[in-house]
Amino acid sequence: MIFVRLFWEFFKTGLFSVGGGLATIPFLKAMGASYGWFDEKLLGNMIAVGESTPGPIGVNMATYVGFTVGYDHFGSVGALLGSIIATVGLVMPSVIIILIVARLLAAFKENKLVERSFYAIRPAVTGMIASAAVMMIKSGIFTNGGKLLSSLNIKAAVLFALLLFFTNKIKLHPIFYIIIAGAAGAIFSL
Amino acid sequence: MKTLIDLFCTFFRIGAFTFGGGYAMLSLIQREVVDNKKWATDEEVLDYYAVAQCTPGVIAVNTATFVGYKQKGTLGAIFATAGVVFPSLIIICIIAAALQNFMQYTIVQHIFGGIRVAVAVLIINAVITMGKKAIKDKLCVFLALAAFAVSVIFPSVSPVFIVLAAALIGNIAKKGGAEK
Repeated sequence: MIFVRLFWEFFKTGLFSVGGGLATIPFLKAMGASYGWFDEKLLGNMIAVGESTPGPIGVNMATYVGFTVGYDHFGSVGALLGSIIATVGLVMPSVIIILIVARLLAAFKENKLVERSFYAIRPAVTGMIASAAVMMIKSGIFTNGGKLLSSLNIKAAVLFALLLFFTNKIKLHPIFYIIIAGAAGAIFSL
Repeated sequence: MKTLIDLFCTFFRIGAFTFGGGYAMLSLIQREVVDNKKWATDEEVLDYYAVAQCTPGVIAVNTATFVGYKQKGTLGAIFATAGVVFPSLIIICIIAAALQNFMQYTIVQHIFGGIRVAVAVLIINAVITMGKKAIKDKLCVFLALAAFAVSVIFPSVSPVFIVLAAALIGNIAKKGGAEK
């Protein structure tokens, strides 16, 4: 049953994603690769929508994936159900864990096992998100999955270089860069 | 019951008016929870936030659960969490439905072609920011590179295994020497 799998995948994501919104991206990337629920392009679109709409990014993307998977199997009703199921799946481990931690806050903060685990998990999460970045570069600036240099989309590569430069010069909210890049995409037919 | 509805509405507002979570959300949570509702002190909110960051899951959800629990127990936690999540559900469903219809137009495809380039850049910047905070020594460098390599070479390996393996390595490596 597709909804059970959807719930379970997002339950795991909620349970093991550490470090905020973007930490869910590696899980979504693995879902796309394992089940074919969405391709790299759609994942890129979902991240963009998740970052430029209100609400926590992780929740936004869970809702979007649930919507997509539900729609593909059961149409509009499925989309609504899927978005709710994925979101509840993502959130449920948080609620359970915080309810436990809230009772023993002091002990948790001092715990060596927790401290050492997070010391090691954070760099690993950084590495996994870097691999998602590689995937997004491939789908963003190469035309066919990005094996050959000849498939480099020059216009997209120029936009990439410009954005990389300016995002590090001027700190604006991501939504501004998303809007600018969208406009550039429309004008230069990316 | 009044407090439960109040929790839901307050966190609904927080969910509806923050873009991108993280620190943007912290300032709004402080304004609503500390200044307006007086449900917690500034210090308590920072404490919740610190715990929310070092427990798994979405940080905003963790903080909402925490505040709700302190206010009204388990039921309070559920109401606050439902509140913070609800705006996302509504907004994303509307956008996803609209995009499905608009995606057939070439101009929309071009717009998203540009947007995906921006997403790649934003993720690279996030990696740099996270790396600066997370990578403290040689073991961290190794863990980051190993996790990167595994998820590039084996795209369908679940991040669950990588997270668990990293936690295990961290605990083994730190057990002997680095006791404080």
